[in-house]
Amino acid sequence: MSEIALEGVTKVFDDGYEAVKDMNLDIGDGEFMILVGPSGCGKSTALRMIAGLEDITSGELKIDGEEVNDRSPKDRDIAMVFQNYALYPHMTVRENMGFALKLAGVDKAEIDQKVEEAARTLDLEQHLDRRPANLSGGQRQRVAMGRAIVRNPKAFLMDEPLSNLDAKLRVQMRTEVARIQSDLETTTVYVTHDQTEAMTLGDRVAVMRAGVLQQVGTPEELYDRPRNLFVAGFIGSPAMNFMPGEISGARLKLPIGEVEVSQLSGGGDGQVVVGLRPENIEDATIVGDDLKQQRGVEFEAEIDLVESLGSDLYAYFHIESEGVESELLADLVGESLSETGAGGLREGQERVVARLDPTSKVRRRQKAQLWADTAKLHLFDPESGERLG
Amino acid sequence: MATTAPTHPQPPEAAPEHASSRTRSERKLAWMLCAPAVIVMLLVTAYPIGYSIVLSLQKLDLRFPDQTEFTGLSNYGTVLSSELWWTDVFNTVFIVLISVAIELVLGMAIAMVMNRAIFGRGVVRTSVLIPYGIITVVAAFAWQFAFASDSGFVNHLPFVSEEFNWFGGRFSSFAIIIAAEVWKTTPFMALLLLAGLVTIDNQLYEAAKVDGASAWQRFTKITLPLMKPAILVALLFRTLEGFRVFDSIFIMTRGALETESISILGFNQLISRLNLGLGSTVSVLLFLIVVLVSAFFIKVLGVKVEEGRPGG
Amino acid sequence: MKQDRPKDYAFWSIAITLVLVFALVPVLWLLSISLKPPEQIADGRVIPETFSLDNYKSLFEGGFDESPFLHPLVNSIVIALITTVIAITLAAFTAYAIARLEFPGKRLILAGALAIAMFPPISTVGPLFDMWRAFGIYDTYPGLIIPYLTFSLPLAIYVLTAFFREIPWDLEQAAQVDGATPFQAFTKVIMPLAAPGVFTAAILVFIFCWNDFVFAISLTSSNSSRTVPAALAFFTGESTFTEPTGSIAAAAILVTIPIIVFVLIFQRRIVSGLTAGAVKG
Repeated sequence: MSEIALEGVTKVFDDGYEAVKDMNLDIGDGEFMILVGPSGCGKSTALRMIAGLEDITSGELKIDGEEVNDRSPKDRDIAMVFQNYALYPHMTVRENMGFALKLAGVDKAEIDQKVEEAARTLDLEQHLDRRPANLSGGQRQRVAMGRAIVRNPKAFLMDEPLSNLDAKLRVQMRTEVARIQSDLETTTVYVTHDQTEAMTLGDRVAVMRAGVLQQVGTPEELYDRPRNLFVAGFIGSPAMNFMPGEISGARLKLPIGEVEVSQLSGGGDGQVVVGLRPENIEDATIVGDDLKQQRGVEFEAEIDLVESLGSDLYAYFHIESEGVESELLADLVGESLSETGAGGLREGQERVVARLDPTSKVRRRQKAQLWADTAKLHLFDPESGERLG
Repeated sequence: MATTAPTHPQPPEAAPEHASSRTRSERKLAWMLCAPAVIVMLLVTAYPIGYSIVLSLQKLDLRFPDQTEFTGLSNYGTVLSSELWWTDVFNTVFIVLISVAIELVLGMAIAMVMNRAIFGRGVVRTSVLIPYGIITVVAAFAWQFAFASDSGFVNHLPFVSEEFNWFGGRFSSFAIIIAAEVWKTTPFMALLLLAGLVTIDNQLYEAAKVDGASAWQRFTKITLPLMKPAILVALLFRTLEGFRVFDSIFIMTRGALETESISILGFNQLISRLNLGLGSTVSVLLFLIVVLVSAFFIKVLGVKVEEGRPGG
Repeated sequence: MKQDRPKDYAFWSIAITLVLVFALVPVLWLLSISLKPPEQIADGRVIPETFSLDNYKSLFEGGFDESPFLHPLVNSIVIALITTVIAITLAAFTAYAIARLEFPGKRLILAGALAIAMFPPISTVGPLFDMWRAFGIYDTYPGLIIPYLTFSLPLAIYVLTAFFREIPWDLEQAAQVDGATPFQAFTKVIMPLAAPGVFTAAILVFIFCWNDFVFAISLTSSNSSRTVPAALAFFTGESTFTEPTGSIAAAAILVTIPIIVFVLIFQRRIVSGLTAGAVKG
């Protein structure tokens, strides 16, 4: 149980590639901290630096207040769960889990006891004498966790431990991981690219992009008040819809209507990028009238596609848009500015998805009346991507 | 298949027959393609081995072809009770054991260099292939010349007596023969071991580092166990090849001073003395030894020759 | 990976130097002897006092028929080339069948090939000696080519099978869908992919033939088909009392140069071929 602090940590590889740029992060004792972001954002590199498997180019890494930049992994008292589990194929499960303790010179009886205890927690008791090759993916993953638990280290470092499991197993194991962490109260740093995992598991979540920490906060904070376009578009599924908006005076003009905006820090008139989550759009016929009077904007749209999931209804439609240039948006959409000309929002038509109540009667290729909750709008500066207001 | 209700069953024989005729023509093509190579290989191995066995049962000396007669197993008796035979067996085993042991250690070291060096891997690979590619006879000459009392430089090195005649003694000769063999075949060992080394997942080393293992512990507890299959394959190949040792000994001592190997004995009998009967006996016995050693490796040590890969 | 520190560079420099010394010293020693004039051969110096090409010249004295070296050199080259061409062709057919077609006996062929590779050649020398004399091919090119084929085929088959297994054969069908005839698909798509493997196997076979000694001295009796390794063993010196050390060294260097060139250019291929041939890859 320990505090981990990254102070101005930077990693530059031999070929000049800057994987992590000036990262500052404080992880509290017993906290479950998630590092999340798209591939190549530097989250794994950051984790490996904490582990001691990568050198830190500049900055300080402190565990419990002590600088540990130059300490070898084995002296940091941390345990790691690798994405591919890295189980020793020539050892049995028992030997795998006891390896670190054996190296530390712990006596056999104690090793056996600790291994059995961990095996009980993870339901691995009947597999103790088998080899990894004979285990299923889920079992291997648990052995990898067992190897970490047995050591009772200062911190668990997990590098996408669930990404090799099939969807159903992943959800199951997610709760297991959460339970174990809260039972043991061990500080945990967990890397994933799956934002659902991030949101459900973490006490706090750190979103990274291209080596830079975008925002750190509780899942609610990230959801309700994303600090920039990237975080806004990354967190939440289905992703936030973006559309161009223009502010003149106190009015915000949107493709779907006009809204009064009172507080807006900085800026003033001009173009903005407006974000609206699918769950904040509803079938206007379902929304109560008093709510519609209070706020929101009603508009008509022709529905392109309807996906019915039983519990939700996803309606896809498009709006006319003048397009907004934004590099950050382009990153989210996965295209570069050079490829699309204007990145992010193209001029012409923009696709929007709405999550509607399952009782909605919208149909494909029919016009529908929709209502957008404008109290839940997010406004962003198109150039910097920063949140406005 | 018909969608209407069948009034009579579709002839089921039509479908399987069609499939098997395709398989059959595939097989025929395959055998035709393999035939030439197989025939050539069998021609020079199966037939001569059979013929060798036949010859070994005869008293056949080409210098006295009229005295040829069938003598059953008496040649075997002669050979197996001959002191020269057992000396040569000892020599061969001695050379094989020591060479292979040294090559295993050296080869492992070189394989690790080829695998982990942070620069110059191409240089290492190239230079290590030179002993491999060099003609064995040339290598033997090189080592012989280095140690020969008249042309060598070794005797002029510090700590080495100038008068010492390396080729004047049995075990000092062995030393040089073994040195030449080791020099020549370590690269091949190193490559076989390297093939095994690269299949070890790097993350295992990282996990071991995190678990607290030192470099030596990582080597003994991770690398070596996981390389066991590759090591065994390398041992098997090298040992079998070792039993054939001929070139180096022939060049350096011609087998004098009791440094003869089984192959040299066979050669002397067959080609120098033209005694096909006894020479064939030696050949057959050597062949049997090689078969026994392979069987030992495969059955007892469990070498899987098709997969030299370490696995779990 | 952890960043490299100066002490890591130093460590590996030493390691690499050791390996280089190990690999090259005997060759350099031969080179040194070959460049010494005959009187100085016994002086035991590592670097010659005076450099002379006498040894090399003596190799070529007497022209094609008389020189102890030229005829064997030609023999070595021709025999190795012919064997390589035939071996690769036969092995390619076999490897193609094993890699692409289904038929019983696949594993038998591979296992049998392996068994043959492990054969002690001396065990076949006796009967071959007898047989070749009976057929009249003793001391001729075919007399050597046939056993060379036999013992290099296993190596070639293994290497080629391993390479052929790696080729994505669907490409052939994709090419045909794109409009190529089967022949075009084979030549334009498959052959370029197979070429490296074929090349590698060819190099390994060539080295094998170049290297052989046992068959060369057993199945030949004169320079008409004796190859270089065997010829080296029968070199005579300037007089019946001097060892032909200098000329042997010179000849040795000459036949090693092509090997060094091969290795320099093709080291990556050779390594991958050797490891593919021995380990299922």
